[in-house]
Amino acid sequence: MTELAKPAETITVIKPSMGWSALNLRDLWTYRELVVFLTWRDIKVRYKQAALGVAWAVLQPLFTMIVFSVILGNFLGVPTENDIPYPVFSFVALLPWQLFANTLQRSGTSLVSSANLLTKIYFPRLVIPIAAVGAGLVDFFISLVVLFGLMVYYGLPFTLNMLWLPVFMLLALITALAVGLWLSALNVQYRDVQQMIPFIIQAWFYISPVVYSATVIPGETLRLIYALNPMAGVIQGFRWALLDTTPPDASLAVSTGVVIILLVTGLYFFKRMERVFADIV
Amino acid sequence: MSETVIKVENLGKRYRIGALTERHDTLRDQIVDFGRGLANTLRGKRQPNAANEVWALRDVNFEVERGQVLGVIGRNGAGKSTLLKVLSRVTEPTAGQITIKGRVGSLLEVGTGFHPELSGRENIFLNGAILGMQRAEIARKFDEIVDFSEVEKFIDTPVKRYSSGMYLRLAFAVAAHLEPEILVVDEVLAVGDAEFQRKCMGKMGDVAQQGRTVLFVSHNMSAILRLTQEAIVMEKGRLTMRAPTPEAVDYYLSAGRAKIGERVWDADEIPADAAPFRPLVLRLRDSRGNVVDTLRSSEASTLEFEYELGGPIQGLRVGFYLSTARGEYVLTSFDTDAPEDFERFTNRAAGRYISRCTLPADLLNEGRYGIGINASAYRIKRYFQDEQALSFTVDAVGAPGMQWPEPRPGPVRPRLAWEIERAA
Repeated sequence: MTELAKPAETITVIKPSMGWSALNLRDLWTYRELVVFLTWRDIKVRYKQAALGVAWAVLQPLFTMIVFSVILGNFLGVPTENDIPYPVFSFVALLPWQLFANTLQRSGTSLVSSANLLTKIYFPRLVIPIAAVGAGLVDFFISLVVLFGLMVYYGLPFTLNMLWLPVFMLLALITALAVGLWLSALNVQYRDVQQMIPFIIQAWFYISPVVYSATVIPGETLRLIYALNPMAGVIQGFRWALLDTTPPDASLAVSTGVVIILLVTGLYFFKRMERVFADIV
Repeated sequence: MSETVIKVENLGKRYRIGALTERHDTLRDQIVDFGRGLANTLRGKRQPNAANEVWALRDVNFEVERGQVLGVIGRNGAGKSTLLKVLSRVTEPTAGQITIKGRVGSLLEVGTGFHPELSGRENIFLNGAILGMQRAEIARKFDEIVDFSEVEKFIDTPVKRYSSGMYLRLAFAVAAHLEPEILVVDEVLAVGDAEFQRKCMGKMGDVAQQGRTVLFVSHNMSAILRLTQEAIVMEKGRLTMRAPTPEAVDYYLSAGRAKIGERVWDADEIPADAAPFRPLVLRLRDSRGNVVDTLRSSEASTLEFEYELGGPIQGLRVGFYLSTARGEYVLTSFDTDAPEDFERFTNRAAGRYISRCTLPADLLNEGRYGIGINASAYRIKRYFQDEQALSFTVDAVGAPGMQWPEPRPGPVRPRLAWEIERAA
């Protein structure tokens, strides 16, 4: 044999998939670099032509926080917890909220905006909404630095609870991804979804404790129902980790459970729809 | 030793016509449709579903061996592109299956995923990743890619500032360095200037030489003939022929005729924007008036084009292109070429017409030729064009120089006057 030893060739069988197909996450893993590249592209393009560039990541939540503090904190006198100054109280919540809202917006419309890729090249379609998740992280970390500045300014202590932040951050991202999977797949067929997303985000904002404290919800039962919104758990977690407010309780378990259900069903729904993406997008 | 690397079995792909035409379904449409469907069901008349479906591929079977370069030819809408899309896994088949050994790289459309704001360098990495290359692999081939694309001076400039030629060269360079075991190519050779096209062809040739398998789709018959030894012909979603390339090309060029020497256009073959022009029949007749497929070079023949005008057309000219089997043009002629005809027919009223042209004796060399039809108003509108309306063979019996049974190069074989003089 003169032939050189070749790496084992992959054998691919292409056939119509039946019913609820397997997720095929191994395939996704081989394309992990593509996820990184697409995320990197989104970040790069985002700041490339904006005159203020990265400053937007600071200005956006900062202005929102100022408006909230003046209107809600000062004029309406919305109560916080443990006498925490309203600006910090709302800014802490704005961080995960904006991470969630931006990610949901991007991943929800991601497939349609990548239509040119979908119709021409094969890659696991899950790459697209997943890559949309990463791009919001840069903004998030920049805002986090601003938050630490605010905490120092108001003389608030840093505690070891902070080590829990990544967990809550991940929970916010997974929630956005899970909902984004549903919305992006639906958006391929029904462009109505694109119109609905801002409305969904707005309504979600009010049922999440961003500008008020979750402690205003009366009664144990109501609070558990309230926790069906995973973002309620995430925001309470952020407040607890940074401002040492009421620790998250059973409601966090409910939130996590909801996220897992949303994610798994979202993945399967996405896979189910995936086979027709290229034909109808 | 031959080894099958692509095996296509009973492949079918069905599209809903609705999905092809109305691309943006809305919930409202769905609700309306659902309501209508329900109403019809209640009234007991179910709409047959088949009416809304079209099979872009049907019962396609073929195998490709390692290292083979297979041409795929067919008219627009014959299913070639769908076949490549299914092969490169962009879309799922509806029936049947394909077994593939090795990595498939497709050049379905170069430059997919390029972002205008990013620099050439950044786009090479991004595009490489989209095409399925690993980062290390791209880094290794980076210099080679830049070299091939000839844009090294602008490699850090955003590609939105590139000329379209530079853009395409860079895009093709990335795709060409993918090095998959199986390469699927669709019409990319249409890009760039002649020099770059030659380079692309060279690259394709290299790929084939390295023992990789190539599926090559093109409308350019001379490219198909040059690059492939064997080809498959697609017609209306079905594979109708697999043969050595010259034979397949010949079949393709002469396909679609009702009868030899005649091309009849069905209503569904005429594009809507051809109106008010409607092609009917194109016939080729020999000197005795018979409709034929083979002409004698030494005899005159007649080309007859029958058409109908649904309304008057100002400045209409109807004519044909004559080309060799390899797609090189021999001549072009229009029915109002003569100045007096041009003035007589400035306005052609509605009605049925025949434009008839005599091809003189001693015009063409032996070989296979194609006729394309064109009906247009100069600089105003092209009503109808069919590049492959008809094909025919020319027999050289009786032509000058037949005492030597050698093939003569060149498409024309006129009877030229020679004088032989003995110089003093």
